[in-house]
Amino acid sequence: MDILLQQIINGLTTGSVYAVVALGYTMVYGVIQLINFAHGEVVMIGAMVAFSVIASLAGSTLPPLAIVLAGVLAAIPACMAIGYSLERVAYRPLRHAPRLAPLITAIGMSIILQHLALLIWGRNPLAFPQIIDNPSFAIGGAAISGVQIAIILLSMVMMAGLSWFVYRTRFGIAIRATAENVHVAALMGINANRVIAATFVIGAGLGAVAGVMFGTYYGIAHYTMGFTLGLKAFSAAVLGGIGNLPGAMVGGLLLGLVEALGTGYIGEMTDLCRWPGAGSGTGWMGERCADGEHFVLFGSNYQDVFAFLMLILVLVFRPSGLLGERVSERA
Amino acid sequence: MTEVLLEARNIGKRFGGVQALKDVSLTIRRGEIYGLIGPNGAGKTTLFNVFTGLYPRDGGEVLFAGKPLSLESPHTVAAAGIARTFQNIRLFANMTARENVMVGRHVRTRAGVFGAILHTRAERAEEAAIRRRADELLHYVGIDDRADALARNLSYGDQRRLEIARALATDPQLLALDEPAAGMNATETAGLRQLIEGLRRDGLTVLLIEHDVKLVMGLCDRVAVLDYGEKIAEDVPEVVRKNPKVIEAYLGTSAH
Amino acid sequence: MGWSTRQKFGLACVALALVALPFVLAMAGTAWVRITNFAVLFVLLSLGLNIVVGFAGLLDLGYVAFFAVGAYVYALLASPHFGLHLPFWVILPIGAAVAGIAGAVLGAPTLRLRGDYLAIVTLGFGEIVRIFMNNLSAPVNVTNGPKGINRIDPFQVGPLNFSASDNFGGLTFSGPIKYYYFLLIVLLVVIVINRRLQDSRIGRAWVAIREDEIAAKAAGINTRNIKLLAFAMGASFGGVAGGMFAAIQGFVSPESFILNESIMILAMVVLGGMGNIWGVIAGAVLLSFMPELLRYTVEPAQKAMFGRMLVDPEVLRMLIFGLALVLTMRFRPAGLWPETRHKRELDADRK
Repeated sequence: MDILLQQIINGLTTGSVYAVVALGYTMVYGVIQLINFAHGEVVMIGAMVAFSVIASLAGSTLPPLAIVLAGVLAAIPACMAIGYSLERVAYRPLRHAPRLAPLITAIGMSIILQHLALLIWGRNPLAFPQIIDNPSFAIGGAAISGVQIAIILLSMVMMAGLSWFVYRTRFGIAIRATAENVHVAALMGINANRVIAATFVIGAGLGAVAGVMFGTYYGIAHYTMGFTLGLKAFSAAVLGGIGNLPGAMVGGLLLGLVEALGTGYIGEMTDLCRWPGAGSGTGWMGERCADGEHFVLFGSNYQDVFAFLMLILVLVFRPSGLLGERVSERA
Repeated sequence: MTEVLLEARNIGKRFGGVQALKDVSLTIRRGEIYGLIGPNGAGKTTLFNVFTGLYPRDGGEVLFAGKPLSLESPHTVAAAGIARTFQNIRLFANMTARENVMVGRHVRTRAGVFGAILHTRAERAEEAAIRRRADELLHYVGIDDRADALARNLSYGDQRRLEIARALATDPQLLALDEPAAGMNATETAGLRQLIEGLRRDGLTVLLIEHDVKLVMGLCDRVAVLDYGEKIAEDVPEVVRKNPKVIEAYLGTSAH
Repeated sequence: MGWSTRQKFGLACVALALVALPFVLAMAGTAWVRITNFAVLFVLLSLGLNIVVGFAGLLDLGYVAFFAVGAYVYALLASPHFGLHLPFWVILPIGAAVAGIAGAVLGAPTLRLRGDYLAIVTLGFGEIVRIFMNNLSAPVNVTNGPKGINRIDPFQVGPLNFSASDNFGGLTFSGPIKYYYFLLIVLLVVIVINRRLQDSRIGRAWVAIREDEIAAKAAGINTRNIKLLAFAMGASFGGVAGGMFAAIQGFVSPESFILNESIMILAMVVLGGMGNIWGVIAGAVLLSFMPELLRYTVEPAQKAMFGRMLVDPEVLRMLIFGLALVLTMRFRPAGLWPETRHKRELDADRK
């Protein structure tokens, strides 16, 4: 099996999901410079709602694809409603408060959402019912599954759709104008409150689909899944340049690739026995490595570290992100 | 009055495609009040921010008290002896007036964490000296009766004075004031003028950016005029006032 | 400042109450003394985080990592895991130093970032530390992975073993009671340190940075170093608390150092009143005892009303933490007991 190609395929799959979630962070940030910390939890709730619907319909006579679609269609409005209420109840009253205030509120909201989900769905993960068969296709020594193809294609469609919306429609122009300058946009007759609420709602809708995709890919949905996923997607948004839509997409895909390749190769790269001189030598290291043994410092269990490391590296060396032009510190 | 305190040579600064400052050179002599005027957007505040280390410059150098001035960071500039105020007053709003001034002593004092935790004799002595100096300065700028008030509860004029007191607390050789009269009424402006004249009497050098041309012309020993990022005049007020380029610059825009 | 006779009397009463407390609690059961000890630990943690968040205004969401560092330093240096058994008075300072250094190292890359980025990065750091604790059991077993480290030495002062009971003058000093007194002394020291720092050159610089970083720079503060100092100081408090946690519990595992713990400590600081030492202490005490409060109220209430448990008190507790953060920010952003500068101002007007 071709590990490199396989990891690239896997990375593109998770990267697509990161990208779609990252769009939610970046849109809100672009308009009101707030890290909507609770976005990851909205994504999680999307997955939970969809899985509940799918599981309850699994025994019916509906065709499998229709069941999945029903799940997604239930998740989207649910998440949109949560996104809207988040903005209305938690963030809007604090729009002129000191910077720390909305951030602390966001953390509070995310804890609340997570534990509400725990109350509703319990501690055990929801499993994706075996209703669709997942064909696998061989390409160049690697395999790509139907679900993977669907995730990548669907993400692309959503990203294209969002780009069209933001760059080609009147409301999209209003969003971009508000992102440039809320006050000037308001003077031009743009209802800033509506625009801000819309970014939350759109982001949440995209997040719902992302949550379903992520859950389907791994076969489970769990009330804690939003935290790490959200953190990674946020890292992706920063990587691409937060506030920048194409940046979020590029950042998401890149992060997915780095994570997949990193996880795929870190074991080999940190296997001291493979390092020149180590395996053949005598002494402690030589003994350890005799007979083709391994001495792996970091294995694939460090998967979740890559995203954070990327985030930190980007923030240290290029805080404006790969495609961002904004400076990190505003005077 | 011949000793040069600050000499700027060919300072340049770009923001994206905009050349905010073009080869600006100027000299400020010790003990004088040096005015910097110009129409809106002429680059006054930009130059100011370059001098005080807030913006990195793109070219040129600054000599201060005969030595090259490192403009790396505002705190090194403060340590070198240049203190500033801000056009849109920046105080530590939730600290008292006295505490604001005490923060200004930071750069001239040295007590660290361990001194504070152990409450050593040296730390206590230094702390008392900081407090004494802060009270002196509050008295000097005329707001000693408000020492224990939170900065954000001071009147506008008093906030300006407090900012000057905080700047003075760093023992500056050059005090740079960014539009100190902005937003002040006539009485407050007159009071401010007295305060600045007092500073000169006490031997301090003052760099004054001001919109209020009358105030600048009445107060300053010498004046430089910036227009579109270039220095178009530098002389005593009487000469600058008659300079045709200056008249044009001010009439060409919406004159003040 | 001098104390009035009334204040002295009040202080003496509080002191007496604190000294007598464990024996009163012990009558209700030793478990209550343990619970109180953990509450004091959380007060210590909150005071540490208060330096970073309250004084310097740096939102640190990975604070529990330093608690973890302190706990693991203690666990590794005083347990059969490596066969090391150093005394606690050697380890606690080491733990504080290691945590402090970790704080500075983790803080360094984030210094140029605005507040909200800082929050996310510290959050990421907290997760990284946890991931390492979970996985550093191979190829060399450092942390023993998710299983954690067992049989950690209790404190030992001369002949006094903190895991056993002793009798003095007819009173039984159980292990938890001894730890209580030790914690009380540490708490006193930490409060004094906090107060002194707050009214010092460094403390003013922290607050100045919180209030207006640019003005602070212009006033001559090397904001980079002063922020690092805040990170390091706050972290070292966490390190000390972690060491004591390891000794009291006798066992550490990565599970004790999850994000929820960081959020909990943050909620204590925020609810009490960022920057105000007494407010933070009150917030920490309130939220530490809340689970017990819930256990004795919500559980029976639910059983009485519905015949079974609908909402697990643990979940309810987290919901309340979340709500505390949201509601405090909305209605009382300065906390239940805000910073006392206003009061000081009133006092000044009076004289």
